[in-house]
Amino acid sequence: MMLSVRDLTFAYKKTPVLSGVSFDAEPGELMAVLGPNGVGKTTLFRCILGEQKRYKGMIAIDGTDLRTLSTRETAHRVAYIPQTHAMTFRFSVRDVVLMGTSHTLSPLASPGREQERIAEEAMERLGIEGLSDRSFDTLSGGEQQLCYVARALSQQAKILLMDEPTSSLDYGNQLRVLNVVKDLAKDGYTVLLSTHNPQHALWYADRVLALHNGSVAALGPVKETLTPALFETLYGTRAELCETPGGSVILPVSNKPNGGEMK
Amino acid sequence: MDKAAKQGRGRRAAVLLGAAGVLFVLFLVSLTLGRYSVPLTEVIRILFHKLCSIIGLDRIWPMRVTWTAFMENAVVNVRLPRIVMAVLVGCSLSAAGATFQGVFRNPMASPDILGASNGAAFGAALAILLGCSSRYITVFAFVGSIITVALVFLIAQRAPGLRVVNLILAGIMIGSLFSAGTSYLKLVADPSNQLPAITYWLMGSLSGVRHEHILPAAIPMALGLIPLLLLRWRLNLLSLGDSEARALGVNCDLLRAVLILCATLVTAASISVSGVIGWVGLVIPHLSRKLIGSDNRGLLPCSMLLGGAFLLLVDDVSRNLLQTEIPIGILTAVIGAPFFIYLLLRKEKTL
Repeated sequence: MMLSVRDLTFAYKKTPVLSGVSFDAEPGELMAVLGPNGVGKTTLFRCILGEQKRYKGMIAIDGTDLRTLSTRETAHRVAYIPQTHAMTFRFSVRDVVLMGTSHTLSPLASPGREQERIAEEAMERLGIEGLSDRSFDTLSGGEQQLCYVARALSQQAKILLMDEPTSSLDYGNQLRVLNVVKDLAKDGYTVLLSTHNPQHALWYADRVLALHNGSVAALGPVKETLTPALFETLYGTRAELCETPGGSVILPVSNKPNGGEMK
Repeated sequence: MDKAAKQGRGRRAAVLLGAAGVLFVLFLVSLTLGRYSVPLTEVIRILFHKLCSIIGLDRIWPMRVTWTAFMENAVVNVRLPRIVMAVLVGCSLSAAGATFQGVFRNPMASPDILGASNGAAFGAALAILLGCSSRYITVFAFVGSIITVALVFLIAQRAPGLRVVNLILAGIMIGSLFSAGTSYLKLVADPSNQLPAITYWLMGSLSGVRHEHILPAAIPMALGLIPLLLLRWRLNLLSLGDSEARALGVNCDLLRAVLILCATLVTAASISVSGVIGWVGLVIPHLSRKLIGSDNRGLLPCSMLLGGAFLLLVDDVSRNLLQTEIPIGILTAVIGAPFFIYLLLRKEKTL
């Protein structure tokens, strides 16, 4: 599904958060959303999820104005993959994944065989069907994240929003989750991924949306867009782009006097 | 559907069937208990005979009467209504407790979290002070309870910030306002007859329940319990928090309002006939969660069955342990608190 955001402007009370943000995201595309803390990445996602309606400008999904869609209709199109967090109650992995199918049910109904099948397929696709009877809170952070991705798949929405999904994962799990997400993008999902690690953008994203002071600082293909200059604009620290046999690496460079002497 | 999912369903069904079995056995045994003991076989015969005569089967298939009229009166007219009411109240309070715990994403929530019992107590105390009959005491308590929660809801609706936190805070405020009101009514009540009546009501009791009391209580309970049962899957979603539930397609504000309305209806209907009975709505959902897991598809019906069984058991103790009745609210705390401590201390078993 095609997501297009035009001139999105949003303010909490009188504090402006986003101003004039415009971009398109297409099926098959993984777009990394970069920007310093508090720049409005989460607010942008809230607007696209239909949680925040008091924005100016326009968000359209396949040409349909988001404002005209009900909560259920939005859930049919856009899925949210949160950061791992503690749950109040102990649901099994199966139940968590099954929750993704809820928007297809009438409000008074519980999931049936059809929904069980969808959830089962989603778990199999991510290779977590072996965990289905485990309690969610006994999973590792990486497994919990995959469980959320499976829930988004069983939601059958084609636009996936991931808000810093890897922030609390170890290195191996970060890459495992990102590989899964990359595969989903290749299969035709539209993925928006906010991250604090520009390296992830460099390795996995097709395009980069860089936000600074609430507006778009840069938008374009990763290789051309994610430069040391942009890095410095966003994070206020110098960076260096190195070519290694394993691919490009972007590294922050210390501003301290002895920072460059690490060879 | 794969095997594991079927197993999960099978286990859930087994636990629910077990809970229903416990409730049924307890129901029959409770009918035998009392100052005048009736053998279990006679209880079953009396019930069967009564059932047959209601549906008109006794003309085709007459039963030999092996029991005395005294037995029949004790079982059918004295014990049966009280036992049915105990099951209804226990079932309602537990369902309300499980619902509020899900809505407020807090396993410590209980049916009176929004001040329902404070309002009911004030209403009942006012009715007693005005010298109303027991029927009006029930009506006053019911209305008091509903008004309290409605006030809490309206205040929370207007306040800025997080809806769930506002509801809990408003519940504490309005609840304490009404309990101050109750204290004042106790102060001005006639200490020779009104004050004991108020105090006794506040401790909760099911004594004096008659057949004609069942239906007026059962109707609002059913009106609340049926939607709660139908919405039990949605309750799971709401317990994830508004942001996630919304992204999954849930209209959180509407769902929460409906759940609170239904849970309040059953709570008000319960405490207006029984007086204030604590602990049931807190402990039973906890116990059920240990038995059947947090999924409300199993948790809610399981809480209802076990809640009915628990309150029935407590009421049996209340009317049989001593010569005089022990108020049921005291007993639920005496039995509930140690049981809760046991649950806390027990080693966690993973789902």
